[in-house]
Amino acid sequence: MPLDAPENKTLRVGEDRPIRLDSGLDLGPVTVAYQTIGQLNAERSNAVLVCHALTGDHFVAGVNPVTGKPGWWDALVGPGKVIDTRRFFVICANVLGGCMGTTGPRDINPETGQPWGLGFPVITIGDMVTVQARLLDALGIDQLFCVIGGSMGGMQVLEWAASHPSRVFTAVPIAASYRHSAQNIAFHEVGRQSIMADPDWRGGAYHEHGVIPHRGLAVARMTAHITYLSETALHRKFGRRLQDRDRVTYGFDADFQVESYLRHQGSTFVDRFDANSYLYITRAMDYFDLATEHGGKLANAFRDTRTRFCVISFSSDWLFPTVESRAIVQALNSVAANVSFVEVESDKGHDAFLLDEPEFHETLRGFLDGAARHRGLPASAEAAS
Amino acid sequence: MTDAASLDADGSVNGTGSGNGELRFDLRIIADMVTPGARVLDVGCGDGALLQYLAQTKSVDGRGIELSMAGVRAAVRRGVSVIQGNADTDLVDYPAGAFDYAILSQTIQAMQRPRDVLDQLLRVARYAIVSFPNFGFWKARWHLVSTGRMPMTTGLPDEWWATPNIHFCTIKDFVDLTRQMDIRIDRGVALNENGSVNRLSATGPWANLLSAQAVFLLTRVDGAQTDAGAAVR
Repeated sequence: MPLDAPENKTLRVGEDRPIRLDSGLDLGPVTVAYQTIGQLNAERSNAVLVCHALTGDHFVAGVNPVTGKPGWWDALVGPGKVIDTRRFFVICANVLGGCMGTTGPRDINPETGQPWGLGFPVITIGDMVTVQARLLDALGIDQLFCVIGGSMGGMQVLEWAASHPSRVFTAVPIAASYRHSAQNIAFHEVGRQSIMADPDWRGGAYHEHGVIPHRGLAVARMTAHITYLSETALHRKFGRRLQDRDRVTYGFDADFQVESYLRHQGSTFVDRFDANSYLYITRAMDYFDLATEHGGKLANAFRDTRTRFCVISFSSDWLFPTVESRAIVQALNSVAANVSFVEVESDKGHDAFLLDEPEFHETLRGFLDGAARHRGLPASAEAAS
Repeated sequence: MTDAASLDADGSVNGTGSGNGELRFDLRIIADMVTPGARVLDVGCGDGALLQYLAQTKSVDGRGIELSMAGVRAAVRRGVSVIQGNADTDLVDYPAGAFDYAILSQTIQAMQRPRDVLDQLLRVARYAIVSFPNFGFWKARWHLVSTGRMPMTTGLPDEWWATPNIHFCTIKDFVDLTRQMDIRIDRGVALNENGSVNRLSATGPWANLLSAQAVFLLTRVDGAQTDAGAAVR
């Protein structure tokens, strides 16, 4: 196997000492499913933690063994790519509450022998980070060269920088916010209500009944998917074009391509994602508010920080608009933190952070190169040889 | 002077150098005014060449603000910390005294409110270093007198309707403003059209006529005398 081929592993944390959740409950032990790519250097100074978004997973690069498709950030992570696995040791872990291997509501509650379902404790972005920190403890990594992620991944990045500042050399929150807005909570609530309105949800105990709330989960995904795009992107992709027909049918079949597309997005999502995980993880995002957690002032979250930040937003992202990133930058400036900020011009909406956006990739490459020099890591060319 | 005072049509990106090590002439004069290890904010930092030079030669802890996306990207690629922002509005975010030096090179004439920006520079930093094209330069005067049209020189190449430079001043005008604002000029350097330093007193009448641009090191009159100030005099 080549040195930089992705390796998928699991690890149990919290066996000796359970995870104390923000809700006050204890949880443990917790299984963490994670992927690593590249080699940790002798100084253990080249680790990059990639944090995934709401419906992401730890299959960041290479081929996703579940879907058979490229990993969700394969465009950025790999040998010679922006996050160059010839120089960085990349770690990506499935979040707490997830359904791709890390402990979540689909797993068996050891006390009952049944799936957790709604008996799973409500978790937060902070809890996700706590579990990741335990993983790093187990891997013997004291300080990360970089914590990076988009959307909910960016929330984890900010939480990392606020709660473990000495463990984070650089932090790159992308298309993210320090708190979930009312509009975003509203969209999440529509998704949750849609799941819970499906009779097959069965109060969260659908596994025991051998069913899944596929209609509710699909509608939740369809709604959410719209928020990840922009009007421009939708119109360019579909316009008012009809699906496999020359004229409208005067019925409620998927006449329009955009309808067909959304239905497809919904139905394929059901195959890979657990409905209860969707409830728990959206809730974690809703609860996230770094300002409130720090006395109502975001700047307090970053006081005396020595982390180097690179904040990135996309001009057509209306789910996590640039104004949210600017608020983060303002808070960082007000404590004279080391911060770079770029708004990338793109008409692809929130999803731009997952897509081929050369301007975004170039900026990130430059930032990581500069920061690597400051950290004393070898340049890309040296790492390659 | 080649491109010392030129701004792109969008008014934002300064060509600050021709690569690593090669620094625009006025920027080298600014760099000489900065003490090693200082905290520096470069407002309108362009592609970040000055900040990179200062980091490499003087180990400064530098930050930049730049309006243009192209400039920000170039600066970030150099490993310089820069935020995309507007000096007219974004300086208020920084705490007082966060920096030792705030640099405004060839940018003040493009500001909406130059006086407020000067105020902010000397709030966030103990010293401000400001360079600007001198509209009192004899060639600019002669252009206006002889052609009856707004001056356009190699340093000021844009038509009046295209120029990002909306608040031109002469050296004399600038010195007047510093007096009104109780700002002390700790050091002034007048530059010829080719970028070389001339020996004229930068605040005297001849510099205003014979210099194409000027660089001033400024501080508050009531500001305490500091080591940094002594070091550059």
